[in-house]
Amino acid sequence: MIQLHGIVKTYQMDQIQVQALRNISCHIEKGEMVAIMGPSGCGKSTLMNILGCLDTPTSGHYSLDGVEVAMLSDSQLAEVRNKKIGFVFQKFNLLPRTSAVDNVRLPLLYGSDGNNGRKRALEALERVGLGQRAGHKPNQLSGGEQQRVAIARALVNNPSIILADEPTGNLDSRSSRDIMGLLSQLNRDDRITIVLVTHDAEVGSQAQRIISLRDGQIIGDSPVQNRKDGGI
Amino acid sequence: MKATHVVRTAGTGLTTNKMRSTLTVLGVVIGVASVIALLSIGRGTQVAITSNIQSMGTNLLFVGPGAVSQSGVRSAAGSAATLTMDDAAAIADSTAAPAVYAVAPQVQAGAQIVAGNQNTRTQVIGVTPEYSWVRNFPIERGDFVSASQVQRASLVVVLGNSVAQTLFGLQDPVGQPIRINGLQYEVIGVLKSKGGSGFGNSDDQVIAPITTVQRRLSNQRTTSGAKTVQQISIQVAGASQNEAAIQQVTAILQERHRIAPGQPDDFTVQSQQDMVQALQQSTSVFVIFLGAIAGISLLVGGIGIMNIMLVSVTERTREIGIRKSVGARRQDILLQFLVESATLSLLGGGIGILLGWGISRMIGGIRLNNATINTVMSLDILVLAVSVSAAIGLIFGLYPAYRAARLSPIDALRYE
Ligand SMILES: Nc1ncnc2c1ncn2[C@@H]1O[C@H](COP(=O)(O)OP(=O)(O)OP(=O)(O)O)[C@@H](O)[C@H]1O
Ligand SMILES: [Mg+2]
Repeated sequence: MIQLHGIVKTYQMDQIQVQALRNISCHIEKGEMVAIMGPSGCGKSTLMNILGCLDTPTSGHYSLDGVEVAMLSDSQLAEVRNKKIGFVFQKFNLLPRTSAVDNVRLPLLYGSDGNNGRKRALEALERVGLGQRAGHKPNQLSGGEQQRVAIARALVNNPSIILADEPTGNLDSRSSRDIMGLLSQLNRDDRITIVLVTHDAEVGSQAQRIISLRDGQIIGDSPVQNRKDGGI
Repeated sequence: MKATHVVRTAGTGLTTNKMRSTLTVLGVVIGVASVIALLSIGRGTQVAITSNIQSMGTNLLFVGPGAVSQSGVRSAAGSAATLTMDDAAAIADSTAAPAVYAVAPQVQAGAQIVAGNQNTRTQVIGVTPEYSWVRNFPIERGDFVSASQVQRASLVVVLGNSVAQTLFGLQDPVGQPIRINGLQYEVIGVLKSKGGSGFGNSDDQVIAPITTVQRRLSNQRTTSGAKTVQQISIQVAGASQNEAAIQQVTAILQERHRIAPGQPDDFTVQSQQDMVQALQQSTSVFVIFLGAIAGISLLVGGIGIMNIMLVSVTERTREIGIRKSVGARRQDILLQFLVESATLSLLGGGIGILLGWGISRMIGGIRLNNATINTVMSLDILVLAVSVSAAIGLIFGLYPAYRAARLSPIDALRYE
């Protein structure tokens, strides 16, 4: 469902050019759970942002469900971000001074079906185990809880893909296990395609497949041998 | 996005940042209120001056003495004593000046007026009976100066309203004696108050027969020894005949004063319209000045709004990034900020109108050494103030949002 071909991303900084991605090509099928790993600065976040239609590649082709993303208009891209993709950031990126349930509801406001929005937002919060925290503002939640709110927001619109950029990067091992359990469950039970970035080998081993990146290039792409199933 | 969601989103945007919203509204309020108050003072002053001139009468020309040139040295206008009663009579002659309807010559002199143990210093104006209606001075009590009193140079006076109050208080002055320069006069009437303010308060004067003033109070003579008049007020037969009347009066006086063609006149003819125009021109400087102050306060209000918006732009850019990353389109963002800014501007504009109106009503009528502050409220002032401040609010509120909405979601999220 995700097809990348010859993706290049170059950042222009005054005089120097930074090549964050050089010639990335790969396929990710529906229902897969893929971990992207690699040293800091190798271009993992850059790749995720392109996959999430938050950023555009300098060159190369990205097709999502057979549609060439570069051909989409601003509004069509907004619709893809709204309906097809749920994005989980390392830094949570929740609206401050806004309750958990209203944060989760946000994607529904920009979709077409916002009638029973509050109910659906509460259901999503239940699924991540935060039904009791619906009225809490982000600054009244722990890091792990904030990340779970972010996951609830990502899945509230029933996306076919969830992209998570270091979802456990800011969390302790217990919260990490909770989050990973949640993502594995979504992948297993709801057949949601999951792509996640991590530094943590143990987190990576819960995926079915690991793509290794270095200096903006793929240096390895292999299935996980003895996969640990991250059940709760 | 549904309309209810747009309103809700904008509403929460405003209420989650109460301080920012309040300060923005305050900026608009101050701008609108000061523009309204200042412009209403400017407008009120113009209206007061115009109505002051209009209260002199209608369709008037004023003839006054001009500058004489003696051996090439020109003295100031009005300094010469060139107009006489005969000049006035010649202008009144309807065959030579058909456009002239009525003529009212006058002389005046300052004098100390004493009544009992009260006294005041004011102008005594010598007039003929025509003065009453040409210059629009109706009588409140008693009578105006009559033709026979002018003929006999009787010792009678008509008191201006405030003079009557100063000298007699609540007592009826008609029939009472007063003294001017040691001579006793009888009060025969009191003028209606014009409520005049500022220049030439017409309530503070005393009217007497022109012949009396010429004989007793003013000894100005022309070079040939005739008694002078200081001003001749002329009522024109109709507004359309203004130009004709000026020409006829000028021709009569040039002939009588033997002014050779090409020589400067020793008199001046000025129409009431010219005076209104001249005064409006000079007051428009004042109005522009007030407008400039008002504009500055609007600008300061606008800079305040912009400052608040810029301070919050980092946070709001991140907010826009978050919204875009979950599917907000460019127009959703712009609409939200448009509704937010419009709400703040309208709220500020509404409060500003009420405040400005209140201020203008409060200071209207205040007296500052003899001059009254006049204020006039009109729709165009309100429209101007509100539209300018609304524009400032919208521009300064929308511009940062417009810039942020065009960023890619990731650039908006990374914005620092
Ligand atoms: N906006 C930008 N402007 C210029 N250079 C950038 C920008 N964003 C990223 N880079 C550069 O691109 C390279 C890849 O960055 P990226 O954020 O994708 O790394 P990463 O693999 O996610 O690292 P980490 O594991 O630390 O998050 C880095 O060298 C970084 O300096
Ligand atoms: Mg990264």
